[in-house]
Amino acid sequence: MSFTATKELEAEVDELITHYPVKRAASLMVLHAIQEKFGWISSEAVQWTAKKLELQPINVFEILTFYPMLRQQPMGKYQIKVCRTLSCALGGAYELHKHFCDKLGLDAHKHGAQTTKDGKFTVEFVECLASCGTAPVIMCNDAFYEDVSHEEADEILRGANAMVARHGFEP
Amino acid sequence: MSTAATTETKPAPAAIEKIKVKVDGREIEVPRLTADWSGKLTPTTMIQACELAQTEVPHYCWHPKLPVVGNCRMCLVEFGTPAMGPDRKPVMNPDGTPKIAKSPRPAISCATPISPGMEIYTKTPAVKQMREGVLESLLINHPLDCPICDQAGECKLQEYSVDYGQSASRFVEAKVHKPKAVDLGPRILLDAERCILCTRCIRFTRDIAGDDALGIINRGSYNTIATFPGLPFDNNYTLNTVDICPVGALTSKDFRFKMRVWFLKETKSVCTSCATGCNILVSSREEVVQRYTPRENDAVNGPWMCDAGRLNYKWIGREDRLKTVLVSGRKSSWTVALNEISDRLKKAPAGSVAMVASARQTNEELWLLSKLKAKLGATSDSIAREGQADNLLVSADKNPNTNGARLTGICFTEIGSNLPAIAGGIASGKIKTLIVFGEDVTKHGLGADLLGRLETLIVSDILPNETTKLAHYVLPGCAHAEKRGSFTSTKGRVQKFMKAVEPPGDARAEWEYLHDLVHHVTGQNGFVTIEGLFNQMAKEVPAFNGLTWAALGDAGVTVQI
Amino acid sequence: MAQEYKLILKHIDEPDYTRDIECYLRHGGYDSLKKALAFPARTLPDGKTQSPQEQLRQEVMTSGLRGRGGAGFSCGLKWSFVDRKSGKPVYLICNADESEPGTFKDRQIMHKDPHQLIEGMIISCYANDVKLAYIYIRGEMVDGAKILAQALKEARAKNFLGKNILGTGYDLEIHVHRGAGAYICGEETGLIESLEGKRPYPRIKPPYFPAVLGLWMCPTIVNNVETLCNVKHIVALGGAEFAKLGTPNNTGTRIVSLSGHVQNPGYYEIEVGKATLGELINDPQFGGGLRRGRKLKAIIPGGSSSKILKAGEKFKLKKKDSEGREILVETDMLDLPYDFDSLAQAGTMSGSSAIIVMDDSVDIVAALANLSEFYAHESCGQCTPCREGSLWMNKALHRLTHGEGRSQDADYLVKIADNIPGGRTICAFGEACSWPVQSFVAKFKDEFIAKGAADEARRAKEGAAPAETKKLAAAHH
Repeated sequence: MSFTATKELEAEVDELITHYPVKRAASLMVLHAIQEKFGWISSEAVQWTAKKLELQPINVFEILTFYPMLRQQPMGKYQIKVCRTLSCALGGAYELHKHFCDKLGLDAHKHGAQTTKDGKFTVEFVECLASCGTAPVIMCNDAFYEDVSHEEADEILRGANAMVARHGFEP
Repeated sequence: MSTAATTETKPAPAAIEKIKVKVDGREIEVPRLTADWSGKLTPTTMIQACELAQTEVPHYCWHPKLPVVGNCRMCLVEFGTPAMGPDRKPVMNPDGTPKIAKSPRPAISCATPISPGMEIYTKTPAVKQMREGVLESLLINHPLDCPICDQAGECKLQEYSVDYGQSASRFVEAKVHKPKAVDLGPRILLDAERCILCTRCIRFTRDIAGDDALGIINRGSYNTIATFPGLPFDNNYTLNTVDICPVGALTSKDFRFKMRVWFLKETKSVCTSCATGCNILVSSREEVVQRYTPRENDAVNGPWMCDAGRLNYKWIGREDRLKTVLVSGRKSSWTVALNEISDRLKKAPAGSVAMVASARQTNEELWLLSKLKAKLGATSDSIAREGQADNLLVSADKNPNTNGARLTGICFTEIGSNLPAIAGGIASGKIKTLIVFGEDVTKHGLGADLLGRLETLIVSDILPNETTKLAHYVLPGCAHAEKRGSFTSTKGRVQKFMKAVEPPGDARAEWEYLHDLVHHVTGQNGFVTIEGLFNQMAKEVPAFNGLTWAALGDAGVTVQI
Repeated sequence: MAQEYKLILKHIDEPDYTRDIECYLRHGGYDSLKKALAFPARTLPDGKTQSPQEQLRQEVMTSGLRGRGGAGFSCGLKWSFVDRKSGKPVYLICNADESEPGTFKDRQIMHKDPHQLIEGMIISCYANDVKLAYIYIRGEMVDGAKILAQALKEARAKNFLGKNILGTGYDLEIHVHRGAGAYICGEETGLIESLEGKRPYPRIKPPYFPAVLGLWMCPTIVNNVETLCNVKHIVALGGAEFAKLGTPNNTGTRIVSLSGHVQNPGYYEIEVGKATLGELINDPQFGGGLRRGRKLKAIIPGGSSSKILKAGEKFKLKKKDSEGREILVETDMLDLPYDFDSLAQAGTMSGSSAIIVMDDSVDIVAALANLSEFYAHESCGQCTPCREGSLWMNKALHRLTHGEGRSQDADYLVKIADNIPGGRTICAFGEACSWPVQSFVAKFKDEFIAKGAADEARRAKEGAAPAETKKLAAAHH
């Protein structure tokens, strides 16, 4: 099941709605809340959101498809976002992206999101992450890493693999 | 009772202050405020001023009846305003004219309000270059498939390409590919590659039709018009988006690949699907109706019409149309039939004749029937056709001319209230002759058993039905697209419509043979033209006093009802 | 020698400085708010009364503070445009959607000193009778959003926020609103649309000036993080005293984000105009010079949208001579004072005060291709010239950096770019995406031509069809 509104989600969303005089304004925050719990935003989740905010599903779908952070399909357990923009590129971002791709058997020429077959990792280029002074920078899920060397990249992958080995995961 | 006919339903608006602006050097006076898409008075924009100056400003996204979004950028113009000195007073040129400070940046004429003394420049090299730039941008990812595109001939990309396009594209990159022939809903297909993302369709369905069903998905050059997957675009106004789509992105499934638009003959007409009387164009080719499209009339339908009305034309070309005059079930001629009917009616005792005339017949036809009714002392009525109304255009009254039937005295305030009396009259044998125009009365309380008791059943209709089967005389009539005439809408607007195609076989316009019948029966020689007929009717029917056929114009006239 | 001047960054990065409210209070936090809230109504010489709010706004006007987001518009003037007679509520939004490539100053403030921003916001809200305000933070700053939410909670607990703030009767609520990865949300009307839960399509102006028809069609102020922090310091110092910092018309301090090929990339706060580009790049207390053995090739001086400066470029800068007459002084690009007006005179801008340094190892065509990919990805697609032009330029540059160049591509690129800026688009993204192309090609034209010519020569040798005769596939996207 890609989406079932839990009591916690209902409560969180109801609270978010109180932040705005117009319900529609809660759209982005509600989608963030859903994605945090489910990892992505399914068609059912869009319809639930629309109903909750008294909108048409297309209103929500319009914004879901606009923002790259919002996912329309499940992604890897660990999502590695490599900043691609100029300062990071000058600092070796392309080499770093290639390093991740090579290690994970992905295509370094592709800039968009690619997920490993086992569903453990997603690697993608993203645009400027606003930390240009510590290039190259990446995010792994919500965590932010600066000045990332290839060795540190390996360490991040090792850490993630260790977590998966210890706790397991459902792709 | 006599009522003055007026051309407008609304009271005259209070005088609006005029201001002077220059369009390409020519000074004109324009109102400071103009009605916006919703009818609200808002500051007049440059594009409206240019329109008043009869200067065309090319545009895609702007539509006078939709909210302004300013996204296509085709209507960019240069402009200047009177220069102000440090003392906040206008700076003058040596020749005493106000000095104009030209804006360093262009403005979209669709959204920029005018101000006194403003000068708008629509023909400068910079403006031309901006239009060329926009057009080039719109075309680089366009499939350029005009030879197979339905919009060809009424496409704004084609039109402006003549003025601002280049014969060869310098674009050597790969085009963006988007979905083709997307099934947006039961009546609409989208070719996303042809779409220029002007959002007219989105705004129409959200702000006019009240069905927020369309949106733009994705981002940037990949933007695409879409519905939410699984929720089809299906309201009763969807086909208006095809009309307002400036390119061939939205096509009507009904009309798609049917006909090149330049082969179509367009005839001004009125929709007959309800009492609203939306103004339409009937497009036909070689005597076949191909489509209806709305014809703008702000007093009635604006530029819109409903899908149900728009697609309600196919019956006109049906194979089983009544095409021959029948006397007792046998093929006859108009002369024979009308002579026989006249003889029978002349002999009919007062009170022995009843008539049921459809509120789909024209004012002129109903008026002629009312003459017969008076002469024969007949009982008459029409038949109500009730359905669902909506908040936009659709009336609950599905007859196009209920008010015409009332005003000519064929029916009364409560339409159909006489039908039981007519049924009773037939049952008691008092009514021996029934004249039916355009209704299957067997469905309205005058069943086959009752009709069987009649000495004479005279039926005029367009398509066969139970009543025509039982008729002694069958007179094949015309669809409105096959004749001229007028209807009186639910709001009392008297509107005329013109003939688009020839009727099939021996079918004739009802007013023509009604005129003959009235002449034979009453001796009153009426008029052999629709103009004369209408003008005479206008003299005799109080509500129509003062009207003339010519004065109805294309937009009609509202009368007191 | 030019020095750092730490006004906003005063405590940030001090070893014992933490982001919790107690630490902030120990360092004099919220004193400016208390001072602002205590402003009495004042009677002017002409007998009119000036409300405390009007006085605060006057202080900001006097301070000469210019917006720190990118456009450098006077903050006092922006506030003065607010329609206060409409009867509608006034909203304030903190633009924390920091996403101009090269810029990372707001991140430091939000992560390390969130209460400074909140205090600046509360004062600004009070000065503008705002009862409800939002911090629109870019989605990728997940931690930042959490930190701000926590800081707001702390401020609420101390009654710096909420109902009847510090017993003054003034109510204010601030909420954090997260973006989700869109540069266009930094454009103030795009941000407003995004906050409203719509696609972040910038609005047409006229009629939708935020000061009149902003959030939910109500008067709205949108200010950058650093700008709002400055308001706190304006209240602390007084507008006139604040205006003494920096240089005339370029008052106060700016946090400069320095990145690229320098020894010490990072953020440096200076008095506006009191350091030159060269000092910022080369002085040991700032960038510390280029990498060993490398020479300067170019600088992007104010975020990726600003026009590039080529090493060795000279400009005629207006200066006053000893007798106060205006004279033109030839100035090397490295000697440009880092302020709004000097960079404008050099045909570029200080924008978001982000300097990207490129040494002679950089392939300038590849650098532009990198930026054009950013703009093609970030164009919202609402209006024609930018939607189509941004991707077209990117495809052409992709071609040029993947062996399919032509010698005429330099001119080709400029012609595409020329169709976008100068008011042709709804928002300034049109300028942002075309200025780099126009300026890179103008200043490094020979490199663009050489690259295309080399491709042509190679293809001729290989017998490949010339580029014009086949449609070239752009492999990306």
